[in-house]
Amino acid sequence: MPVDDIAGRIRGSYPDVVVARGEVTVIVGRDELRDVLVWLREDPELQLGFLSCVTATDHPDADPRVWMVYEMRSMARRHRARVKVGLAEHDLHVPSVTDLFPTADWQEREVYDLFGVVFDGHPDLTRILLPDDWEGHPLRKTEELGGVNTRYHGAFIPPVDKRGMA
Amino acid sequence: MAHDMDAARDELREDDGHLRDPRTGEFREETMIINMGPQHPSTHGVLRLLLELDGETVIRCKPIIGYLHTGIEKNTEYRTWMQGVTFVTRADYLSPFFNELGYCMAAERLLGIEVPERAQIIRVLVCELTRISSHLVWLATGGLELGAVSVMLYGFREREVILDIFEALTGLRMNHAYIRIGGVLMDLPDEGPRKIREFLDLMPRRIDEFDTLLSKNPIWLERNVGVGVMSAERCLELGVTGPVLRSAGVAADLRKDMPYSGYETYDFDVPVRTDADAYARYVLRLEEMRQSLRIVEQALERLEEVGGPIMVEDPKVRWPAKLTVGPDGIGNDEEYLRHIMEESMEALIHHFKIVTQGVSVPAGEVYQLVESPRGELGYYVNSQGDHRPYRVKIRDPSFVNLQAIPDMVEGSLVADTIAAIASLDPVMGGVDR
Repeated sequence: MPVDDIAGRIRGSYPDVVVARGEVTVIVGRDELRDVLVWLREDPELQLGFLSCVTATDHPDADPRVWMVYEMRSMARRHRARVKVGLAEHDLHVPSVTDLFPTADWQEREVYDLFGVVFDGHPDLTRILLPDDWEGHPLRKTEELGGVNTRYHGAFIPPVDKRGMA
Repeated sequence: MAHDMDAARDELREDDGHLRDPRTGEFREETMIINMGPQHPSTHGVLRLLLELDGETVIRCKPIIGYLHTGIEKNTEYRTWMQGVTFVTRADYLSPFFNELGYCMAAERLLGIEVPERAQIIRVLVCELTRISSHLVWLATGGLELGAVSVMLYGFREREVILDIFEALTGLRMNHAYIRIGGVLMDLPDEGPRKIREFLDLMPRRIDEFDTLLSKNPIWLERNVGVGVMSAERCLELGVTGPVLRSAGVAADLRKDMPYSGYETYDFDVPVRTDADAYARYVLRLEEMRQSLRIVEQALERLEEVGGPIMVEDPKVRWPAKLTVGPDGIGNDEEYLRHIMEESMEALIHHFKIVTQGVSVPAGEVYQLVESPRGELGYYVNSQGDHRPYRVKIRDPSFVNLQAIPDMVEGSLVADTIAAIASLDPVMGGVDR
């Protein structure tokens, strides 16, 4: 299905649709997220039933601060669409979709681990890549990077963002 | 990462405090909790499984990951776009070219550039060789885990031939950083096509040998048939892709479904089975190796006819330096070094600018999918118009596929757990990133 047709079809139900670089992005509110994912899955034209990827981006000085990204794909129709949900800094909560899409289980845990987004209703929201006693959420842009202490005259190798390179 | 399984065990308990065996329905008194991994040789790296056992039967399985987390995604946010290639290639280290390809294609779509045809063909060529080498490691380690040591030796022996080809092409045996934004780093060396042709002559015979050795081997059948069964429906729910999904009857292959790099112009089949067990995945991967050989052969033929550049011409995007594979590995081409050091100040300034600052990529986001040996490899790449990526998310198929382990092994024997994991072929470098 051509991207413009996908976008047109979605726009009928969820008006905030953007087409860029051959990809369709639907922007919805947090309360609509579960509904839109189910709708995309059940719609006979779209059949976007495969949740390929759940991730996030962090924008410290902006509102919303965190954008949740859900990449949907239709195996039968051979097309894709993306759903995005913005989360305000003081309220980084989003409904879990693990009961609707079991594949979201680990992917939501990863976003929780690395970004600190809380998925309400997730059956086991624990860290997945980092140790349980890790402090902070390293993929947030505000996290401090670590450097390396050396044994040479107490020299310290600064983290990559403080080396004046790149 | 750590998990307490007492709660999990309580769920299985009936009102009278007894445990019910999920296979037989019988009540049991005691279970044992053991850790498999993270250092066990048959865990494909550093995977840890928390198993609750009733005798030899797995009642509950909890995979615990993260032991190989190296922060690849975070690292890319602090390097130039070009440097990102050298990070992502290390994620799934058994299929480095696929990581490079997914990342570079995402960046190219953000830049809005078209890669020259010759570079596309070379990309397909190296990717399909990688698919074979990756499947060979699966065969070798999977064989070893089930006690077939000779299969391990054969698998690594054949893979060595491919790694030799890669070394001739890129100077490195793995972590090549050979596919770059805009094309590939170098054209094939003169002996490249000859080496690949020799491999094409050799490999079909060798795949037939594996076939003869294993396909009707009673022990191989005993260990694989009916093990790790996973229905198509459950695969799709859990996001499982690649050979595991195809073993359950779904002909999903991104090279056909959402073609990239010109895959739609190659003649190859997507093998499918319906038994959905470890044996079906074994048969599939052997057949996938044969299909990859077909693609490699077609790519080689095309390279004889299609000349031209292997990198985009735009000097604001292309990597400025010419590189060659020397006797001591990859390095700057001497002719090029003479040019920037002795002949042209402008060329030196340009080189310095592109290499140190890199290319600014227009703001936007893309999600690029490629079919890796383990399934759907996705790159979500977000740019804010900077010379560094704002966010690179690697949707690694091993990470998602591992969620299927509990479904595959609960209710089966401990020994079958090993065969089931082997049939899933996870690579922890990709899982933990």
